Amino acid sequence: MDVCKEVIALIELTDISKSYGTGAGAVEAIKHISLSINKGEIFGIIGHSGAGKSTLLRCVNLLERPTTGSVKVGDVELTQLSTTQLQRERRRIGMIFQHFNLLSMATVRDNIAFPLELAKLPKSAIKQRVDELLQLVGLEQHAGKYPAQLSGGQKQRVGIARALANNPDVLLCDEATSALDPQTTNAILSLLMDINDKLGITILLITHEMHVIRSICDRVAVIDGGKIVEMGDVLDVFLKPQHSITMDFVSQIADSFDPRELINTRSGRLVKMNYVGEITYEPLLFNAVKSTTVQFTILQGTVSRMKNTPYGQLVIEFIGDNGEIDNVLNDLRAKGLEVGELK
Amino acid sequence: MMLKQGIDWSDVRWEEVWKASKDTLTMLGASLLFTIILGLLLGVVLFLTSRRQLLDQPVVYWLLSLVVNILRSVPFVILMIMIMPVTKALTGTTLGVQGSIPPLVVAAAPFFARLVETSLREVDRGVIEAAQAMGASRWEIVRRVLLLEARPGLLAGITITAVTLVSYTAMSGVIGGGGLGDLALRYGYQRFQTSVMIVTVGLLIVLVQILQMAGDLMVRRFSRK
Ligand SMILES: Nc1ncnc2c1ncn2[C@@H]1O[C@H](COP(=O)(O)OP(=O)(O)OP(=O)(O)O)[C@@H](O)[C@H]1O
Ligand SMILES: [Mg+2]
Repeated sequence: MDVCKEVIALIELTDISKSYGTGAGAVEAIKHISLSINKGEIFGIIGHSGAGKSTLLRCVNLLERPTTGSVKVGDVELTQLSTTQLQRERRRIGMIFQHFNLLSMATVRDNIAFPLELAKLPKSAIKQRVDELLQLVGLEQHAGKYPAQLSGGQKQRVGIARALANNPDVLLCDEATSALDPQTTNAILSLLMDINDKLGITILLITHEMHVIRSICDRVAVIDGGKIVEMGDVLDVFLKPQHSITMDFVSQIADSFDPRELINTRSGRLVKMNYVGEITYEPLLFNAVKSTTVQFTILQGTVSRMKNTPYGQLVIEFIGDNGEIDNVLNDLRAKGLEVGELK
Repeated sequence: MMLKQGIDWSDVRWEEVWKASKDTLTMLGASLLFTIILGLLLGVVLFLTSRRQLLDQPVVYWLLSLVVNILRSVPFVILMIMIMPVTKALTGTTLGVQGSIPPLVVAAAPFFARLVETSLREVDRGVIEAAQAMGASRWEIVRRVLLLEARPGLLAGITITAVTLVSYTAMSGVIGGGGLGDLALRYGYQRFQTSVMIVTVGLLIVLVQILQMAGDLMVRRFSRK
């Protein structure tokens, strides 16, 4: 949304494919995917189970080595690095997991200290950094506990603190909220948004929940059968889904717009309207019809927010003189609304 | 006949029992130490070389696995006799406490290695991946993740191995290995001194009990789940 921000690609995946197994039993989990993630953005990848999301994400830090293609993070071509060089580069790429993957035999403090010890920081620096991180994720009270003594949300906070320990440029999130209840999910999502906002860390997340995409992502790619089928700004994709898979996901959170039934049962002119931004909260419809004899009924709709942007999507029936209705619609278009007639 | 007369406790030569007990404890301690070192090493290598693990060397795994299986399928008494030349070369004798340690280790290390392999397999794969994602080297993963996370399983494995070693030390008495088993065999069995048999077996039971309880305590102490 922010046009002033300079756009620099931080992660560049070029034509990557990944097959498991060989010969007749081979599975091509991802097929010729190219993707560029900008510095500072929150990019979401959504897809059904088995679509290849985890495989794609794991290719970014080479937990999974793509069969072909190039993986660049911050101008470093990871596929060309030696083992030790790769290990060093991985410290710039934090990762969190659906099942947290914490050391069960280590305390919260020791879990967060682990990546710092790997980076061979001196003891005093480690202690100081762990304290900072505990505060960042709000776990000061739980430093001495073991993961088994924490709730899911708290465990994910430990995971986040651990991932951020070495000040990475990128945070990869593999279904980070899928094991959490809705309330905890939202708390973790706002923590991620905060981190992106305050620390400027680029976030690449995968999910099968449209809610996650709508809450925090700037851009989204929809993946199906190992391919990207749709990609763009979340608002655009959400308001004007092109692919049937995308429509499936959109209908997870919005009432699905299936106007056929309305078209058959209503007699007036049916119009679908999309609007975005501050005009969402203005009395647009009322202003447009007040000097006319046109009447309207809202048949279906959503008014909500996407990340920080308010938007609305309505299906409206207009009844009255056709010429007057045309004027009303033109009036609305002039205000910046997207207006399409269904009937 | 003897049972009718009751048990003659005067047969028991306590200073010999004391010496035999010390021998058994020495054999147990020394062989357990070497077994843990060798078994841990072998178990870790078995785990790492197995399919889809960090080293993923199926051929190496298959070979090691074969050796382990062979050593584990030979009965201990036969193993002892088979490796006598090796024992002699290592310790200078095939008798006494010293001579019994190599066969004990050769018998117990493969057994313990399998227990190590099994407990490493129990470690959550996700945790290993998280460590990889953080840039940990293989060695760091072994030392700081695998051995840490598998600690309760490893302690349980050490307990089982120690108990198994107690019965092996008793058997090593057969070839003059000394210790409580030797005593039981020479007096209790060959000279029909039931009292000696009862005392030695009783001491072995007590030893096993203590080992098992200490082991269970450690496992509980280190359990975090
Ligand atoms: N290690 C593997 N060996 C063989 N096939 C695999 C492996 N990992 C994944 N696959 C296959 O690759 C495809 C994509 O898997 P992936 O885990 O990336 O899907 P996903 O989108 O993350 O699904 P989910 O939402 O269920 O986690 C699937 O068909 C899966 O069976
Ligand atoms: Mg997945």
